[in-house]
Amino acid sequence: MTKTFPLLWIPLLPLLGAAINLLCGRVLSRRAVNVVACGSVAGALGVVVFAVFGRLWPLVGAAEGTHLPARLVQTAYAWITAGSVDLPVGLVCDPLSAVMLLVVTLVGFLIHLYSTGYMAHERDYARFFGYLNLFTGAMLILVLADNLPLLFVGWEGVGVCSYLLIGFWYDKDGTERLGLANAMAGRKAFLVNRVGDVAFLLGMLVLFAATRTLSIESLALRASDLLLPLHPLGLGPYTVAGVAGLLLFIGAMGKSAQIPLYVWLPDAMAGPTPVSALIHAATMVTAGVYMVARMNFLFMLSPAVMGLIALVGATTALFAASIGFAQHDIKKVLAYSTISQLGYMFVAVGVGAFSAGIFHLFTHAFFKACLFLGAGAIIHALHDEQDLRQMGGLRRPLATTHWTFLVSTLAIAGIPPLSGFFSKDEILWRAIATANPALGSTWLPALLYVMSLAAALCTAFYMFRLYGLVFLGERRGTAPASSHGHAGGHVGGHPGGHAGGGHAGGGHAGSGHAGSGHAGSGHAGSGHAGDLHLPGPAMEAPLIVLAGGAALLGLLGLPEVVGSWLGIEHINLFERWLAPVVDQGARLADRWAGGQRVAANALAESHGLEALLLLLSVAVAVGSSALAWKLYRAGPSALVERLTARLRWFYRLVLNKYWVDELYDWTIVRPYKALAVVLFQLVDRLVIDRLGVHGTARSVDGVGRVLRRLQTGNVQHYVVGLVIGITALVVGVVGAALLGGGG
Amino acid sequence: MLLTAIVLLPLLGALVVALLPRAEERATRHLGFAFTLLTFAVSLGLAAFRPAEAGWQFVVQRPWVASLGIDFHLAVDGISLWLVLLTTFLTPIVLLSSYRAITTRVKEFVVAMLVLETGMLGVFLALDLFLFYVFWELVLVPMYLIIGIWGHGDRIYAALKFVLYTVVGSLLMLAAIIYLYVTHGQATGHYTFDYTTLMLSVWGRGEQLWLFLAFALAFAIKVPLFPLHTWLPDAHTQAPTAGSVVLAGVLLKLGTYGFLRFALPLFPWAAARCAPYLAALAVIGIIYGALVAYAQQDAKRLVAYSSVSHLGFVMLGLLAMNSTGLQGSLFLMLSHGVSTGGLFLAIGVLYERRHTNELAQFGGLWRPMPIFAGLFMVIMLSSAGLPGLGGFVGEFLILVGTFTHRLFVDGGEQLRLLTLPGAWHWGPRVVAGLAALGVLLGAVYLLAMFQKLMFGPITQPKNAELRDLDAREIAVLAPLVVLTFVMGIYPRPFLAPMEPAVNRLLHDFSVRYAASRDHQGSGVRRLRGKVDALGDEADQATAVPPAPARRSPSVRPSAPRAAELPSGRAAGVRPLKPPLARSRGPARGAA
Repeated sequence: MTKTFPLLWIPLLPLLGAAINLLCGRVLSRRAVNVVACGSVAGALGVVVFAVFGRLWPLVGAAEGTHLPARLVQTAYAWITAGSVDLPVGLVCDPLSAVMLLVVTLVGFLIHLYSTGYMAHERDYARFFGYLNLFTGAMLILVLADNLPLLFVGWEGVGVCSYLLIGFWYDKDGTERLGLANAMAGRKAFLVNRVGDVAFLLGMLVLFAATRTLSIESLALRASDLLLPLHPLGLGPYTVAGVAGLLLFIGAMGKSAQIPLYVWLPDAMAGPTPVSALIHAATMVTAGVYMVARMNFLFMLSPAVMGLIALVGATTALFAASIGFAQHDIKKVLAYSTISQLGYMFVAVGVGAFSAGIFHLFTHAFFKACLFLGAGAIIHALHDEQDLRQMGGLRRPLATTHWTFLVSTLAIAGIPPLSGFFSKDEILWRAIATANPALGSTWLPALLYVMSLAAALCTAFYMFRLYGLVFLGERRGTAPASSHGHAGGHVGGHPGGHAGGGHAGGGHAGSGHAGSGHAGSGHAGSGHAGDLHLPGPAMEAPLIVLAGGAALLGLLGLPEVVGSWLGIEHINLFERWLAPVVDQGARLADRWAGGQRVAANALAESHGLEALLLLLSVAVAVGSSALAWKLYRAGPSALVERLTARLRWFYRLVLNKYWVDELYDWTIVRPYKALAVVLFQLVDRLVIDRLGVHGTARSVDGVGRVLRRLQTGNVQHYVVGLVIGITALVVGVVGAALLGGGG
Repeated sequence: MLLTAIVLLPLLGALVVALLPRAEERATRHLGFAFTLLTFAVSLGLAAFRPAEAGWQFVVQRPWVASLGIDFHLAVDGISLWLVLLTTFLTPIVLLSSYRAITTRVKEFVVAMLVLETGMLGVFLALDLFLFYVFWELVLVPMYLIIGIWGHGDRIYAALKFVLYTVVGSLLMLAAIIYLYVTHGQATGHYTFDYTTLMLSVWGRGEQLWLFLAFALAFAIKVPLFPLHTWLPDAHTQAPTAGSVVLAGVLLKLGTYGFLRFALPLFPWAAARCAPYLAALAVIGIIYGALVAYAQQDAKRLVAYSSVSHLGFVMLGLLAMNSTGLQGSLFLMLSHGVSTGGLFLAIGVLYERRHTNELAQFGGLWRPMPIFAGLFMVIMLSSAGLPGLGGFVGEFLILVGTFTHRLFVDGGEQLRLLTLPGAWHWGPRVVAGLAALGVLLGAVYLLAMFQKLMFGPITQPKNAELRDLDAREIAVLAPLVVLTFVMGIYPRPFLAPMEPAVNRLLHDFSVRYAASRDHQGSGVRRLRGKVDALGDEADQATAVPPAPARRSPSVRPSAPRAAELPSGRAAGVRPLKPPLARSRGPARGAA
C-alpha cells in the first residue's frame, strides 16, 4: 500500500520562506515578511492535510487488517553515494509521520501567527521569522526522513535553529549581562545536544556495520542481523540492537532533555516565548520520542534498553516535576514541566506503548504550546516581567489568556475529560501493566507506576500554583516594566521579596511601551489595563484554537475501559491509526527474538483494575489541584511561607535545581577548559615546540658551533650550505644504491 | 594539452606581471586576478572528464630530460580532479581578497601567488616523481616569501620554521625518490621516474619500510600530523590572509594527497605496518587539535588548530583504506578547503578593519555587520560538520569507512596499539568512536569563537562603527557559502568521479600488498601481471577480482606460499577481497 506523493514540498515551502526572509528580509516590509513566513507554513499545512486526509487515509483504510503499512513515499534524489554508503533523500509519510506532520505544521502555523503580534516591535523581525521557518523545514525533514542520516540532518538542523533562536536577543538592546547570557544559553543547548548527537552518530555506525544499510525500512527487514552478538570494548555479549538502541537513546536524551542531558532546556527559555512554545515544548524536544517510536522495531528487540528508557523517563518525570514546585520564573516552571512531560512519553515508549507515547506527545503539543503562548501573552502584557512574585490578579484584564490558560492547566493536570487526562492515564495504565523480560516483571511496573503517579501529583500542584500566582488574588508587582534576570538568580527565596532595582533597560518590545510605566507607578492593585500591554487578535486566536485542541483531542484516544462500558470496540482511534507502524516491533520480536520482548502483563486484561486506577488518577489530580488552589488562591498563603521556612534546606535544594548545573560546571566544563590550556601551554608550547623543535634546532646549532668557522652569519652562505648538504645526501644515496645494487 | 595549459598559465601570468612597471599596482592586481580567473576558466575544461572511468585522462607525456628518464607527465583522475578545481577556484578568490590587504610590493605578491598556483597544480597533476618533486619544492619558495614579507608579527620566525620543517621532510623524500629511480633502473634496465611504471614493481619489505617513512615524513609534516604540527599555527597566524587561505585551503592537502597517491600505494606493506601508528596519531590530532583550539585567544591560531583536527579526520579516512573512507577523505579535503579557507577569509575581513585577530577585541559584531555574520556562520557551521552543509558528508563517510574497516584488522596485530587485550577486533571502532568525539569538540571551539566575535553587546566603541561587507568582499565569501551548501545538499557530482579512481587505487594497493607480502628481502620485483588499469583504459576491477591464486605466479617465481610465510607474522593476513565486491555490499532496501 505504497504510493508516491511529492512530499518534498512539505519541508521545501518553509525552507524557501526562510531563504527569502533571511536573504531579503531587510528590504521587505513587515507585512511581506508575515506573508512569506506564515504563508509558507500554511502552504506546508495545506499539503500535509491533503496528503494525510486525501491520500494516506484511503490507503490506511485499504490496508487495514493486513500487515502492509500504508505509506506515501518519495525518493527525491541520490544524496550520498560513496563506497558502501548509498543514501537517498527519501521521504516517507505513514500514519506515525502523519501525526507529527500535522502537529508541526498546525501548531507551527499558529505560533507563526502569534509571533506576528508578539514580535511586532522587534527590530530583527525578518531574521526571527527566517529562523522560525528554517526550524519548521528542518523539523519536517526530521519527520519525513526514511533513513537515519537524513533524519540526522533534520535532527541537527532543528538544533541549530534552536541555538540561533535561544540566542536571538544576543545583545538584548545593550543590556550587557543578558545578551551574552542568551548567547551562552544557546551555545549550551547546542553543545549538550551534540553530546547526544555523537552517540546518535555512533549508533548509526553500529547499525551500518551490522546491516550495511541505514534505511529505516531495510533495517526493519534485517531484524535477524540486529540480534547478532557484539562485544563492545571486549564486554558483552550484547546484541546489535542493544548497543545501537542505547546509543540512539542517548541521542534522544539530548534532544528530548532527559536526565542527565536535560540541563539545556531550562536555560533555553532565554529565547523569545513563541520559540519556547514551538521548539522547546511542542515539536523539537519531542523528536527523541518520535525517533524511538519510529525505530520501535530496534528497541523492541532489546528489552534491557527499553527498561532503561522507561526508568530514565520516570525518573526525569518526577525529578523535573519536583523542581517545578519552587521556580519563580513563569517560563522556568513551564520548562521543567515540559521535561517532566517528556519523561512520561519515554515511560510510554519504554514499556512498549508507543502509541500512548505519541498520543501524549500529540496532546502535550497543544496544551503546552497554549500554556507557553499564554505565558507569552502575560509577559508581553507585563512588559517583560517573568517573575511570578510580580504577578497575580490577571484574571480579569487578560480574560482570553486566562480562560485558555485555565483549560490547558486543567488538561496538563490530568482533570477529565480534557486531553491530558486521557493521554497521561493511558501511560500510567500501560506502565503498571507491563512485563519486561530483561528486568523482571514484579518491581518494574510498580516502580514506574508509583513514580509516574507521584509526578502527576506534582504536576497538578505546581501547575495550579502557577495558575494561582498569575491569575488569582491581587496584583503584587510594583512596577509593570522591569528588566528581569531570566537566569533564576533569585536565591533568597522570599516570595514577594523581589529586589526591585535594575529597571534600567526597557524590554525587548520596549520602544513604544517601556517608557509608560517606568517611574515606579506604585499601585499594586489589579486590572489596570492602562499599564498592561494587551494581546491583539493575532495572539489570541492561536490561544483559542490550541485551547480547543487541549480540551477536545483527548477524545481521539479514549481508554479501552470506556469502550467496554459503552460497548464499542477499538474506541481508541489514535491507537488504531498508529497500530500498523508501532506494532511492527512486537511482530518482529515475536518472530526473531522468540517473544523475548516487552509486553503486557496479566493485569492488562483486568478492566476492573483499569477503572480503579482511572479513579485513583482522577482523585490524585483533583486533590492536588485543589490543594494548590487553596494554598495559592491569594498569593502564597501563610502555610506555604511556614512550610518553606520549616523545610528550608529542601526548599533551597529544589530552588537551586539540585545544583546540577554547578556539578556539571565543576566536573566537566572547568576541567575541560583547564585541560585545553594545559595541553596548549605545556604540551604544545613547551614539550613539542620548545624541547622538541627548538631542542633539535639547538642541537643542530651545537654541531654548528663546532664547525664555527663555516658560520659567517650570511644567509647566502647558509643557502650554499643547504645546497651542498642536499647534493651530498643525494650523491650519498645514489652512490650507496649503485654500490649496493652492483654488489 | 589542457593540463599543460592549466599548470603553466599562472606561470605565464607571473612572467607577464613581472614585466609590468612597479607603479602600476592596480593593473598588476587586475592582471594577476585575470590570469587566475582565466586558469579557472580553462580548468573548467575538465568538465569533459569522464566520471565513470577510473584511468588517467587528459594525459600529457613527453620527455623532459630524456637522458635521465625524466618526463613531463601530467594526467588527472578522479582523485586529483577536484583538488585541481579547488586550487583554481580558490586562487582567484584569494587574490581578490587581498586587494586591500596587500599594499606593499604588490607586484612581487602577485607573482608569488601565481607561481604558487603553478606549484600546487603541478603537485596534483604530476605523474613523474621528479617532476612532482620539482613542483613540491616550487610551492615552498613563494609561500616562504608570502609569510616572510607580507606577514605580521613574528613573520620571519614563522616563515623560517615553515621552510625548515618542510625541507627536512622533503629532502628525505628526495633521497627515497632517487633510491626508487636507481634500484628500479638497475633491476629492469629502465631508468625512469615515471609513477605508472614504478607502480609496476614492488620493493622488498625491508626497504619498503624506510622508503615509506621517508615519504611519510615529508607528507606528515605537510598535513600536519600530530606532533609535527607546530609550524602550522605560527605560519597561519603570521601569514597574510591570502597566505593563510592558500595554506589551509590547498597546501595542507598536498600532504594528504601525497599519502594517497604515493606513500600508500607505492609501499603497501610498509603502509599497512605503519597504519595503526599513523591512525593513532591522526586520532590524537583530532582530539588534541580540538582541545588546543579551544584554548586560543587569537582567531587565526584557533582556526589553525582546527585544521590539525580536521586533517586528522582526513588521515583517518585514508588509513581506513576502503572506498568509503577514501572518498570521505577526498571530500573532506574539498570541504575543508572551502570552509577553512572561508574562515580565514572572514577573519581577514576583520583584520583589515581592526588590525587584530584577538578574540577579546571583538564581540557583538552581528549588530554592525549582519551580512558578514550570516556568511561567517554558515561557514563556521560547515566546519563544525553540520549535516546539510559540506563538512558533514566527508566526516560521516570517514567515520563509516573507519568503523567498517577490515583490511588491517584481518592482520590481527596491526591495531593492537589502540585496543584492549582480548578485544582486538574493536580497534577500528574505538578509533572511529574517539574520532566521533571530534564532532562534539569541534562544535565546542567553533561556537565559542563565534560567540566571542558576534554575540553579546558591543564592548569596544570601535566595533560599533565597523562597516559591513562591501560588494567585493561579498563576491569573495559568497561563492564559498554557496559551494558549502551545494556540497552538503547535493554531494553526488563531487563523489561520482572519485569512486572509480578510488576503487582502482584500492585494487592496485591490494595487488601490490599481496606481492610485497611475498617479497621478504630487498630489491625490485616486476609485477608482470598487469596492476589493473594502470594504463589509460578503464578499470576492470569489477569484472576481474584479483584472486590471489591468479596473480601470485606472476610475482612469485617459486616456492609455495605457505613455506614462504613465517607463520607468526603475516599468516593472519587474509586474501584481500576485491574492493568493489565489498563496497557494493547488500543494496539498500533489498529483500
